[in-house]
Amino acid sequence: MAITDVNSSAEMPITAADGTPLKKKLAQALFRSRVRAVGLVLPLFAFVMASFVIPILALMWQGVYNDTFASYTPNLTQQLAKWDGVSTPSEEMFAALVTDLKTAREDKTIGRIATRVNQELPGTRSLFTSSARKVKKAAPPYAESMMKIDKDWGNLEVWQAMKLTSQSLTPGFYATALDSKYTVDQGFVSQVENRQIYVKLFWRTLLISGTVMLLCLLLGYPVAYLLATLPLRYSNLLMIMVLLPFWTSLLVRTTAWIAILQSQGVVNDLLVWIGITGDESRFSLIYNMTGTIVAMTHILLPFMILPLYSVMKTIPPSYMRAARSLGATPTRAFLKVYMPQTIPGVGAGGLLVFILAIGYYITPALVGGQDGQLISNMIAYHMQKSLNWSLAAALGGILLAGVLLLYWAYDRIIGIDNMKLG
Amino acid sequence: MQTIDNPFVRFKNVQKSYDGETLVVKDLNLDIAAGEFVTMLGPSGSGKTTCLMMLAGFETATHGDIELAGRPINNIPPHKRGIGMVFQNYALFPHMTVGENLAFPLKVRKMEPAKVEEKVRKVLDMVQMLAFIDRKPAQLSGGQQQRIALARALVFEPELVLMDEPLGALDKQLREHMQYEIKHIHENLGVTVVYVTHDQSEALTMSNRIAVFDDGIIQQLADPVTLYEKPDNAFVAQFIGENNRLNGTVESVVKSVATVKLDSGHMVKALSINNDGKGSRTMLSVRPERCVVSAKKSSSMSMLDARIEELIYLGDHIRCRMNVAGDDQFIVKVPNTSGHLGLEIGANLYVGWKTDDCRALDYR
Repeated sequence: MAITDVNSSAEMPITAADGTPLKKKLAQALFRSRVRAVGLVLPLFAFVMASFVIPILALMWQGVYNDTFASYTPNLTQQLAKWDGVSTPSEEMFAALVTDLKTAREDKTIGRIATRVNQELPGTRSLFTSSARKVKKAAPPYAESMMKIDKDWGNLEVWQAMKLTSQSLTPGFYATALDSKYTVDQGFVSQVENRQIYVKLFWRTLLISGTVMLLCLLLGYPVAYLLATLPLRYSNLLMIMVLLPFWTSLLVRTTAWIAILQSQGVVNDLLVWIGITGDESRFSLIYNMTGTIVAMTHILLPFMILPLYSVMKTIPPSYMRAARSLGATPTRAFLKVYMPQTIPGVGAGGLLVFILAIGYYITPALVGGQDGQLISNMIAYHMQKSLNWSLAAALGGILLAGVLLLYWAYDRIIGIDNMKLG
Repeated sequence: MQTIDNPFVRFKNVQKSYDGETLVVKDLNLDIAAGEFVTMLGPSGSGKTTCLMMLAGFETATHGDIELAGRPINNIPPHKRGIGMVFQNYALFPHMTVGENLAFPLKVRKMEPAKVEEKVRKVLDMVQMLAFIDRKPAQLSGGQQQRIALARALVFEPELVLMDEPLGALDKQLREHMQYEIKHIHENLGVTVVYVTHDQSEALTMSNRIAVFDDGIIQQLADPVTLYEKPDNAFVAQFIGENNRLNGTVESVVKSVATVKLDSGHMVKALSINNDGKGSRTMLSVRPERCVVSAKKSSSMSMLDARIEELIYLGDHIRCRMNVAGDDQFIVKVPNTSGHLGLEIGANLYVGWKTDDCRALDYR
């Protein structure tokens, strides 16, 4: 035990009055309070583990492990494992295919198999479902017989796709999430040009999040400064106005922006009325990237203002006065004395807004249109529509890694200890 | 109010109001000579800090002129006034080291780096803090921060330094030590200092002259000795040092000696300083250390019956609370000499003082 190690290495072990080692005695004395502390934390810890940590880990695991194909086609999987991936498929492989298709037809699992292979090689879904219906006619030699049912069974690509899907532990989903393709014979190859969507989407997510963060900082800094410096009765009112959005539903706020920004909306009507733009050439302010940025900036603004405010509140006005009495102009005093002291708030607010923005989903879904979509909308799509959970998990995994990387970079540059959230 | 020829700082009929309804500073006239150490002393809310802030430029005077070396400075912004200032909470910039803090006023004046370095080292040496040049303010104790704040206010060699209760946050011993240090720096450099405090012993220790503020008005402006020995009015008598007050009515004034009939019926003689003559209410002020306790009546001084209520032994003297003329808060400091009286609680004695030590002031 560690206690004995420490004591043996020390020259003279310190003992309590009754002769037991002091460390042991101390641990005994503190045991009760430790048990109490653990008891208080345990319920929340269990809840967080069960509802947050374990589901996340389970989903992350799906990003690299998918055994749909292997569990429903055991015979074929065995044969595919032996296959080199380039030679003509052997008679044994066709035989295994027939056996597994028959079972799948009976067990009604053919849909799942077809879906899984279709994820790997789009357009193969009907090959599986129709072949499964006809497979009872198949007779040896199976290769010939299957080819008669559908000539696509002679296509090497189909077999390669099956070999890939038969490998349960696969980097394939991460490759797809990075616009690349994991192949049997060439390893990773990049996806054809017109199917590269995810990397572009990741960059767009970063760009929009960064823009939103900068806008929040630009708009939030003066407000936070006012909040911290105004007399109490005015600053209370201002604080209520800052917090007001928190009391309204996210959906209400987002739809309000639709009413304001749409082509027949308030802003466009006003611009037409003033004469800045013609009635027929109204600006498209929503259902594009502009809409996403405007609505997200508005919604995330309090998350920037509050950390900034909490930092600015602690800076007494005497610093600025001191700087001015020492001969600095108001601008210089602000830049050299006030601003550096708000860095922890800027860092905390910036990081908070950026991380929230990077995973934002509802707002871009409602006002984003085509080019205002973020990676989270794609994750939702794969979770709900295409049911490709493994790809969703891979996309989510990359997003999480990105956030952790950012966090690490922040810690290196500014230091997490310097962060002040309130 | 006294005026000085060629004052360095002059407040001329200065008034200040924050809300347009009440005056925080009412008609302030104050001349400060170059090289002087003037303290503004008063209770909180008396307007002393407001006066300092107006001089520094952080508050604007509602009425009147403030002049610095003969020039009106009402419309000059704080950074162009060239006044050094030490703040109550030091206001050392927490993100800069001690050296950078001190270099700040020199850098904004676009001084060459080599010269900045030299000046910073010189002033740090003066406050004996050279070893701490690379520390951050948070790594210093309160007294050390105080020295740095002082050094920073002096490093750009201003002719006027303002101090706003700079020693308020220090413990008693350190505060007394710093009082001497500031006094010596003032004497060595010859700068003009305007110092704000509510601590009278601090004011008495350091100042050439003290302006006692109350209710937006300078109640008395005088050197420490005059202020203590010859207070002009009841407020100053009560505020500076310990004071025994006896209330009564003026019976007659002959030359400068007033005969006062106390509320208890006793007749007492006192110096007539600040009262409205025969028939007016007055407050008699006697310092506790000027009173004599005696078993016998003596004809050479005013003597009243007294009964000892409480005795506190303080080593060098015995603090004796007595009931005199119906007032049981009358304090006498009895020196602990070898032959002093064996004082006992409940003993009936006489307490007396010289007429010169008793001042008949305004009643308030």
